[in-house]
Amino acid sequence: MTALLIRDLRLAMRAGGGFGLALAFFLIVVVLIPFSVGPEASLLSVIAPGVLWLGALLSCLLSLDRLLAIDFEDGTLDVLATAPLPLEAALSIKALAHWLTTGLPLVLAAPVLGVLLNLPGQGYLWLVASLALGTPALSVIGTFGAALTVGIKRGGLLLSLLVLPLYIPTLIFGAEVARRGAQGTDATTPLLMLAGITLATIALLPFASASVLRRGLR
Amino acid sequence: MPELGKYAVEVLSAYAASLALLAVLILLTLRRGRAARADLRRAEAEGNSDA
Amino acid sequence: MSIWTYANPVKFLALSTRVQPWLWAAASIAIGVGLVWGFFGTPDDFRQGSTVKIIYLHVPSALMAINAWFMMLVTSLIWLIRRHHVSALAAKAAAPVGVVMTLIALVTGAIWGQPMWGTWWAWDPRLTSFLILFLFYLGYIALWEAIEDPDTAADLTSILCLVGSVFAVLSRYAVQFWNQGLHQGTSVPVATGGRTVADVFWYPLLLSMIGFALLFVALVFYRTGTEIRIRRAAALRARAGRGL
Repeated sequence: MTALLIRDLRLAMRAGGGFGLALAFFLIVVVLIPFSVGPEASLLSVIAPGVLWLGALLSCLLSLDRLLAIDFEDGTLDVLATAPLPLEAALSIKALAHWLTTGLPLVLAAPVLGVLLNLPGQGYLWLVASLALGTPALSVIGTFGAALTVGIKRGGLLLSLLVLPLYIPTLIFGAEVARRGAQGTDATTPLLMLAGITLATIALLPFASASVLRRGLR
Repeated sequence: MPELGKYAVEVLSAYAASLALLAVLILLTLRRGRAARADLRRAEAEGNSDA
Repeated sequence: MSIWTYANPVKFLALSTRVQPWLWAAASIAIGVGLVWGFFGTPDDFRQGSTVKIIYLHVPSALMAINAWFMMLVTSLIWLIRRHHVSALAAKAAAPVGVVMTLIALVTGAIWGQPMWGTWWAWDPRLTSFLILFLFYLGYIALWEAIEDPDTAADLTSILCLVGSVFAVLSRYAVQFWNQGLHQGTSVPVATGGRTVADVFWYPLLLSMIGFALLFVALVFYRTGTEIRIRRAAALRARAGRGL
């Protein structure tokens, strides 16, 4: 399992693996926001938590189609499906690798981009906490979407159409935490809900993904 | 025609839009169904001529 | 004789051909009478004026939009567990009907909301949930279209339907948490057995709901038959192509 994780991480780090791409995309989205809504600092600080969450979510989406497609093309996926390691575990590892290479950098970059959007000082901790809790769910749900579309040529757009509705609960609670944190109100309830969603998806969704992948590869 | 008062436009457009949507759905369903029937008949005919 | 008899496509087609004329006739009568009665025969509401007449379209279509998804969930489960092709095809056949029902509910709701709430659209939990349901339908249909092998497509869409159902319910509660609504409570609370609609509006509404349900069943029967025929034609061609 560790070997698979290290292999996936190496592949992602290599040029063309898309490691820096998601971060760059996140930066560009955040830079474009003031151009589209105007440079008023007061307005930006109001929308900052939501924009940062949405930007992180879209950046996460961007790298999903590589998650399984490369392994599908070179046949690694067939090997994994017949390997002694359960496919559920292999997919969890893949989701973890995706989170380490995409989710985690986004979490770390978010406070820096928060400065650009004039995020209120009390909001930083909550923003990072909500993203750190929420992005694993995005990776796991994304793995499910990638498993659904893996055999489909040019499935990228379809992947977005399938995954984005599934992201709604995570986005709602995550952005709510960040928003309440920025306003200085109590954010415990949405934080607990967000944690619940993340834990539940991590525990259950790999089974759905693996079952999809087994049927898709057959 | 009943007296619809000041909301006549809203009520009528709601009915028109809904019935139009239903009509489109039913027409598309029927068209696809006819095409499928015809195609199946053709496929069966091909099979018989081969045999 | 159990319901599984009709898992056989031939038996299903025979049944469907036999009952369809009755279904279509009953659906037309129920919807026709319900809507005409509602449109011509009921008084205006003292607050809503004549816009109350929109309820005869809005409530039945919203009801069927949710029930269509529920039916897809059940047939998807049957496909995954017992692998009856008819079941998977029925789920496929129901999805576009569900989309249209959702669309009717959204459109009539918007038209009603404009004079009553003063806005076409509000990010109210019920409205938002319906929009999300619409997105789930679109994804489901797109996945069916994208996969070539019919059995794989049935498998994957079934699992998507199951996972999607969980997330749709989750979204429903998330949305409720996110914004308290302005939509009125349900007009027909099934759980409590009561209702908030007066008798004059209730009977044509009930008739219209029955009509929409019958129409849905008739459409699904017809569309499932279409899918079965498409599959059979493809199977015949494949056999001929292999030179058997």
